[in-house]
Amino acid sequence: MDFDFTENQGVLRKSARQFLTGKCPTSLVRSVEESGVGYGAELWEKMAELGWPSLAVAEEFGGGGGTFLDVCILVEEMGRALAPVPFIPVVLSQYAIMEAGSAEQKKKLLPDLASGKLKMTLGLYESGFSFDPAAIKTGASRKGDQYILKGEKQLVPFGLIADAYLIAARVGKGAKSGFSLFLVDRNARGLTASGARVIGGEELARVRLDGVSVGEDGVVGGAGEGERILKSLIQRGAVLKCAEMIGGAQWVLDKTVEYAKERVQFNQPIGSFQAVQHRCANMALICDGARFASYQAAWLKGEGLPCEREVAIAKAWLSEAYTRICLDAHQVHGAIGFTKEYDLYLYTKRAKAAELAFGDARHHYEALANCMGL
Amino acid sequence: MDLRFTKEEEKFRQEVIAFIEREVPPEMRVDYDALDFTQEQFEFAGLLDRKLVERGWLCMHWPEEYGGQGASVTKQVLFNEEMAFRGVPSRGHMGINIVGPAIMLYGSHEQKKKFLPAITQAEYEWCQGFSEPNSGSDLASLKTTAKEEGDGYIVNGQKIWSSRAHHAGYCWLLARTDAEAPKHKGLSTFAVDMKTPGVTIRPIVTILGSTHFCELFFDKVRIPKEALVGEKNRGWYQAMGTLSFERSGINRVGSVRRALCDLIEYVKTHKRDGVVLSRDPLVRREIAELATEVEVARLLCYRVAWLQSKGQVPSYESSMARAFGHELSQKVARVGMKILGLESQFMPGDGQAAIEGNVGRSFLSTICNSIRSGTSEIQRNIIAQRGLGLPRK
Repeated sequence: MDFDFTENQGVLRKSARQFLTGKCPTSLVRSVEESGVGYGAELWEKMAELGWPSLAVAEEFGGGGGTFLDVCILVEEMGRALAPVPFIPVVLSQYAIMEAGSAEQKKKLLPDLASGKLKMTLGLYESGFSFDPAAIKTGASRKGDQYILKGEKQLVPFGLIADAYLIAARVGKGAKSGFSLFLVDRNARGLTASGARVIGGEELARVRLDGVSVGEDGVVGGAGEGERILKSLIQRGAVLKCAEMIGGAQWVLDKTVEYAKERVQFNQPIGSFQAVQHRCANMALICDGARFASYQAAWLKGEGLPCEREVAIAKAWLSEAYTRICLDAHQVHGAIGFTKEYDLYLYTKRAKAAELAFGDARHHYEALANCMGL
Repeated sequence: MDLRFTKEEEKFRQEVIAFIEREVPPEMRVDYDALDFTQEQFEFAGLLDRKLVERGWLCMHWPEEYGGQGASVTKQVLFNEEMAFRGVPSRGHMGINIVGPAIMLYGSHEQKKKFLPAITQAEYEWCQGFSEPNSGSDLASLKTTAKEEGDGYIVNGQKIWSSRAHHAGYCWLLARTDAEAPKHKGLSTFAVDMKTPGVTIRPIVTILGSTHFCELFFDKVRIPKEALVGEKNRGWYQAMGTLSFERSGINRVGSVRRALCDLIEYVKTHKRDGVVLSRDPLVRREIAELATEVEVARLLCYRVAWLQSKGQVPSYESSMARAFGHELSQKVARVGMKILGLESQFMPGDGQAAIEGNVGRSFLSTICNSIRSGTSEIQRNIIAQRGLGLPRK
């Protein structure tokens, strides 16, 4: 049993931390959030120069051929820095194409996805706001050699700045219906994306599909194979989200401990009070538990081993842990943490959004109950 | 990163499971916390120790020169987890896990010859003489004295919360040998024969109605010089430094996992108001939450074992595993009681008791988990001060 990362993974983490500390200060995060531009374009370009978006892509398509765990390390560091870039949606799109795409799609899309030129994102949720893909109502009806997509996707990450979308839509009717995944271009006729006011600070958009036409070459995976692809994709997304959350939670813990050591009341650092110490100890315990639960899920998924149970455990725990850690951090920080002058609020808001992405605790507890045969 | 056990370790696990299934009949299995045994179970545990001795499993983690197999920490963790998960009664193994390792490190050649083989052969039990009525969490303030006199020491004082002292052959005693020195610097460790005149044992009846902890009285107990283990006045530091063997607390997680499995089986097979309990959304949620926490507890223990297997000495990491595991054992019992509802009141021995009354019993027995051997508060102090570097007052 070995919880260690390899030496190369250690180097990867260190250089990512270094890069993000320099190039992604919270001033950038704030300005992206407040300007409404949706993402840090320059930051994304620099990441592309470093080859980050190519890490998950197989070498034959111009990628770095990294493992899933490597990718998770980068995401963890991005979570720590709150990097406002569409890394997770792009990586998930890459995996979707690699796992289910046709040879032509791979050849056509993967190099651009790897270079960071093509920013692709996913539409998972609709206005029924169910986590269950079975609730998807967006329909794809056949018309000649085209599919006509109708429906609306909600809470699409980086949906305003994306160049293309992976849209899950229902094909066929009644009991025989299934899903397929469709590639839809940003400029497709009938597609409109609009911004939403959300708690997290990261852009989530509404994407309307009003009779968008997609050819056979825009179907990822066979017709009706969407469910299987989607399941694996959501699982992967949940693990990546966990990695992002771990990065953020650790920052929050570190900052809180630092603050407790510096802040003096009653002539002593508040961190010497047992009430504060125990709150911090709980935060650390929850955070370490989160770390290992999420590494376990990432490792299993990366190895291609069964991981339904472990992913559910990781995302359920993380969904509760990150928010709890943020709220404890607020209590230790006192009033300053409640302001926009201090960075904590950025994390608290992200935590709440991350808690819901790819299934909240309730959703994953139910998945786990099913795993246990309840 | 590789979170699997090796093939060889998995093979060993199968051997352990086969051994347990063959050697431990259902009526000898103990509840989740094994705090109280029946007399039969206690005697059985002694017989089982003999069989473990034969297989070399009792002290498998000990170095070969002292009669062990030099087994890895991982193998130990796996063994301990299976034993606890399957409710194998254990006599506590104070000698194997604490006294033996301390004697290896600090004992004289004669002490090694006298005590270590006796421990590997499970000849008698050891009890711990650490806590006192007025020295619990603040252990270093203890007042029992050992005064040098002639060719030995005279021990006077009172110890408490000594597990199974009424069955022990020897006591691992921490006593004050220098009243003038600062409190941590005047303590020494002794191996005291429980049959020495002046030693009185008073078993304490716990909330379970049975005996586990004892009070020990030392009234002018004369012990030989050779009873001192290690250096005089270094007892505190020795006690802190001897915890180098498996200290992940995996046993607790093993029993908690058993408790959860039993609960899952129960909700799948029992109806309330016409509905199978496992279809009740609240029950599903609560069980899933417990399962999540049990997995996290397990990972926190494995982390400790992993650090040890790399030759590192865990500090706050084992406090995390312990605090979380202890509190989780209480939560599992609490949730179990809630799910069993009215039925949860039947205790072991009642013909109607579900899960053999183990849920109710563990509700009571787990109360002391967050208190004994380092309270949850002490563990959190350690996490905060050693782990996070927060200032001591």
